[in-house]
Amino acid sequence: MYKRVTFRDPLLPYLLVLPQMAITLIFFIWPASQALYQSLLRQDAFGLRTQFVGLENFARLLGDPLYLNSFQVTLVFSLAVTFSGLAFGLLFAVMADRVIKGAATYKTLLIWPYAVAPAIAGVLWWFLFNPTIGILAYLLRSIGYDWNHAVDGTDALILVIVAATWKQVSYNFLFFLAGLQAIPKSLIEAAAIDGAGPARRFWTIVFPLLSPTTFFLLVVNMVYAFFETFGVIHATTSGGPGQATTILVYKVFNDGFIGLDLGSSAAQSVILMAIVITLTMIQFRFIERRVQY
Amino acid sequence: MVENRPWMTWITHLVLLGGVLLVAFPLWVAFVASTHPGQNLLSGVMPLLPGDRLFENYATVLGVGLKASGGVPVGLMMMNSTVMALSIAVGKIVISIVSAYAIVYFRFPFRMLCFWTIFVTLMLPVEVRILPTFEVVADLGMLNSYAGLSIPLIASATATFLFRQFFLTVPDELTEAARVDGAGPFRFFVDILLPLSRTNIAALFVILFIYGWIQYLWPLLVTTDESFYTIVMGIQRMVTVADAQPQWHLVMATAVLAMLPPVAVVVAMQSLFVKGLVETEK
Repeated sequence: MYKRVTFRDPLLPYLLVLPQMAITLIFFIWPASQALYQSLLRQDAFGLRTQFVGLENFARLLGDPLYLNSFQVTLVFSLAVTFSGLAFGLLFAVMADRVIKGAATYKTLLIWPYAVAPAIAGVLWWFLFNPTIGILAYLLRSIGYDWNHAVDGTDALILVIVAATWKQVSYNFLFFLAGLQAIPKSLIEAAAIDGAGPARRFWTIVFPLLSPTTFFLLVVNMVYAFFETFGVIHATTSGGPGQATTILVYKVFNDGFIGLDLGSSAAQSVILMAIVITLTMIQFRFIERRVQY
Repeated sequence: MVENRPWMTWITHLVLLGGVLLVAFPLWVAFVASTHPGQNLLSGVMPLLPGDRLFENYATVLGVGLKASGGVPVGLMMMNSTVMALSIAVGKIVISIVSAYAIVYFRFPFRMLCFWTIFVTLMLPVEVRILPTFEVVADLGMLNSYAGLSIPLIASATATFLFRQFFLTVPDELTEAARVDGAGPFRFFVDILLPLSRTNIAALFVILFIYGWIQYLWPLLVTTDESFYTIVMGIQRMVTVADAQPQWHLVMATAVLAMLPPVAVVVAMQSLFVKGLVETEK
């Protein structure tokens, strides 16, 4: 945890940690504790009186069909983004691991969307699916499907899932590729000599040996889908139509900044914090003792 | 490759080409749209080959912006994004490297408390504490300023951990030798530790620049003054024009400009980028 050889100084170490500690306390710890505190309060409509209401904000949230709906949307959204993102990432990584000629070029051409902001990814796909001029909407119409994400909730949800996944595939691809390259070639060769074909080798050797990477990516992708996709939704569907694409993070923002319901927004923040902390804990426990065979 | 199966090689290349096309398709369409005059995009089928308005459209967005959405020149937004991304990247690296140095190379009371306080920030992304953080920044009078855009985002547990892990691998003999030669903690840090950390700093810089550039929610909250808009959040004002179709050719030109700097960084510094990505996530 620390060095055998260290320096001694009564003041210097404090000065060195001071900037980071100051920013952490002012912009992280204090706001988080404020969220905890405000989640126990209720303000009247004009912001004049504030009273302590205990856990009532939470109780109201859990009885609120809109909130429960948002929970369900988030779950569908994040599972879809995670699984399609992992599936495409793994597929491309397995192929890029096999290829001999042009491997570096393929890699470069597959990783760049990592640097695209989620909001920009959203706008790009929103344009492609635009009901009047979008090229994909046009193709869908020509095969008989009337795409309109401004009216149809399912279409809107598919739109944000596609945009969020498109951006994330490159990340999964990189980590899967690193994981694949760490698998000893002798194992694969031994299996090939025993007569196992490519598919069998993949499912019985490669895929199980990749499980640490897969598990790590599962958690990271869930966190991504829960929190970082705010831009995708805010820049395109704005949570609509109806509440079809209102994920939890979008609802916190909307209830707090647009609806000005501070108690409810704070209570939602606290619930989200609990979710992040759980996911991070899972990730760290797993990093301590990697899934091994 | 273990065995030679020609048809498998074909499939491999086919899948990879498909992937590359799938990934590049939205970018291509955006680029094509940004090279056409506006009315070409409002009727019928979207063209798939570039038009002749490349320079006009980009000159318009960079210099004038979109009239319907306030007319902030995109050039200004890109400048703001650059300032924000650079301050976040540099700020994060500076404060993390010195705090990691203190935590690894000194023993002092409350050392573990500091370590855990920094650790907790991993679990508090800005999205979950939107309102209270906004209130703090508003109370400090930092709305509509570069300080407000960057300082709240520069505390980072991941960068501190990366440097801590790296410092722990630096052999103790180096420290001892430096001490025997009479180097104090400051001298040791500047002359030995910093040069050793060069690649780590560069890799981290690439990741953090991208992180800073693609921020969306935070600039949305702290900027109401148009002259502080960043390009990633500014594009949202362009697509949500009331009662009209957005001016797609200009919106797509802006989108291309918003992608260009971070994508260029990834492509140009690919090995540093991969190193940074893999190591910050460990």
